[in-house]
Amino acid sequence: MTRVGWAVSDTWVVTRRYLSHLVYKPDELIGTLLIPVLAVLLFGFVFGETMGAAAGVDDYRDFLMPGLFALTMAFGIGNTTIAVVTDAGRGVIDRFRTLPMSPSALLAGRSLSDVISGVVDLVVLAGMGLLIGWRWHEGWLSALAALGLLLWLRLAFTWIGIYLGLVVRSPESAMKFFSLVFPLAMVADTFVPTSAMPGWLAPIAEWNPLSATVIAARDLFGSPGVVSDSWVAQNALLMALVWPLILLSVFVPLAVRRYRRAAR
Amino acid sequence: MITPTDPVILAEGVRKTYASRSRPSLDGFDLTVLPGTVHALLGPNGAGKTTAVRVMSTLTRFDEGRVRVAGHDVVAESRRVRERIGLTGQYAALDEVLSGRRNLEMFARLHHLRARAAKVRAAELLERFGLTDAAERPVRHYSGGMRRRLDLAASLILDPKVLFLDEPTTGLDPRSRAEVWRAVRDLVDRGTTVLLTTQYLEEADRLADAVSVVEAGRVIAEGSPEELKKRVGGSRVEVVLADPSQVEKAAEVLGRMCGSPLDVDPDTQTVRAPVGGRGSELAKVVRALDEAGLEVEDIALRRPSLDEVFLSLTGRRTGEET
Repeated sequence: MTRVGWAVSDTWVVTRRYLSHLVYKPDELIGTLLIPVLAVLLFGFVFGETMGAAAGVDDYRDFLMPGLFALTMAFGIGNTTIAVVTDAGRGVIDRFRTLPMSPSALLAGRSLSDVISGVVDLVVLAGMGLLIGWRWHEGWLSALAALGLLLWLRLAFTWIGIYLGLVVRSPESAMKFFSLVFPLAMVADTFVPTSAMPGWLAPIAEWNPLSATVIAARDLFGSPGVVSDSWVAQNALLMALVWPLILLSVFVPLAVRRYRRAAR
Repeated sequence: MITPTDPVILAEGVRKTYASRSRPSLDGFDLTVLPGTVHALLGPNGAGKTTAVRVMSTLTRFDEGRVRVAGHDVVAESRRVRERIGLTGQYAALDEVLSGRRNLEMFARLHHLRARAAKVRAAELLERFGLTDAAERPVRHYSGGMRRRLDLAASLILDPKVLFLDEPTTGLDPRSRAEVWRAVRDLVDRGTTVLLTTQYLEEADRLADAVSVVEAGRVIAEGSPEELKKRVGGSRVEVVLADPSQVEKAAEVLGRMCGSPLDVDPDTQTVRAPVGGRGSELAKVVRALDEAGLEVEDIALRRPSLDEVFLSLTGRRTGEET
């Protein structure tokens, strides 16, 4: 087998390792899904009508779902980080590093398995959404394209998670970082349109990578939304493709370098 | 000295200072390990043993020096070195969620065995380490000894030329420790060279053909366990007599049996004499004293501790600053 062939094979072996965790220890997956599923119920029924009215959105649940999809993609960072830091602490990463395997396969495998678990997340959430009355209005292809954009963002986020997992020293300190995901997920076009935010905050929210994906996904689902006139909001589809690319080009090299040195 | 065989591990003048520390972890570390031997790095916590293992197993870059393992340079030819070594660290580096069998199959696949060969190899190793019955259980339900054995199995997928064991028995109960020792001996019989680190003089004594005593990042003494023990003084029997008038007689009996140096202390009615480390020799001493009609208040076998090795080699206790 060629070098590339082995890299692919090694990556798949690692991916299968992590996917079996979903089967044998599903609490990780359930943990990630808990917050968005609760959010569907809380925001869909408790705050929904009020927030929708205040934000000027007719159907808040249709507006909310793309935001929750993206929120779940962002929460995935926590799982990735904790899985990587746990492996590092137990010396599992050291063992992988002394194997004659492809040096990028461990990280690529983790990333791939997280994207696959992202598919599971999206399917469960979409099911919840359909139950509370969310629909897509632009046909199957557009809906699939929207999910594709969300997974593209998830892919970029897994590499942030991998990098953090290699930097922090313990799962406990990883948990502290995790609270940073909340502003990332909320200061964006997720729960309220940026137009409803204070003037100084709106640009920050609009330039949040999450916003581009959410706005583009809303567009593809045919969900209602209030899109501002700013360049970044008007070019959401482009930015939903570009943002993850930028994140990947920063965090993949950082993570790989850190993994190869990994002198703890 | 000229040796008939090329060393399988050769480290010369290795220096390594971690960015987060002020003192170097390795400070002119030299090591020669001959093929087919068990070589122990003996030293207290923080002596640099683990760093040395990490350097030799391609995990950690070093600042200065040269290291060759199994005929290849660990920096320039790290991949070739990795194909020829196995590493078992201080913690069992296993996937806790997967079963023992799935763990071994995964590591075999990552050693680039085909799926079928990986299954066969995993089954062989489980059998060899007595884990076949527990093969399908998740590793998180394994006992400490079972984990260590599985961990050892995972580093033997390709029959490595050199196996690194970083404190392989720390935290194990005596039975599990004996199991690991047997496994290591078995490996050496199959031609693997083993480099292990330990804090226990007894472990080095039981397993190693050669011992390097490590302190402050360098080797301060080297030799066979016998040679080291001779320098330290081996095990000693300590006899406390009930009757002060019998001390002299006891010294005579022990002197005849054990030879010198004999240490007689009339004030505490104690006689100390060198003996082998085995319990059976203690029994012999007890019998001889009994036959001579001596009344013994207390008798104990004292093994030299790591502390005493250091005391005799360096003149100070372990952990004491220079």
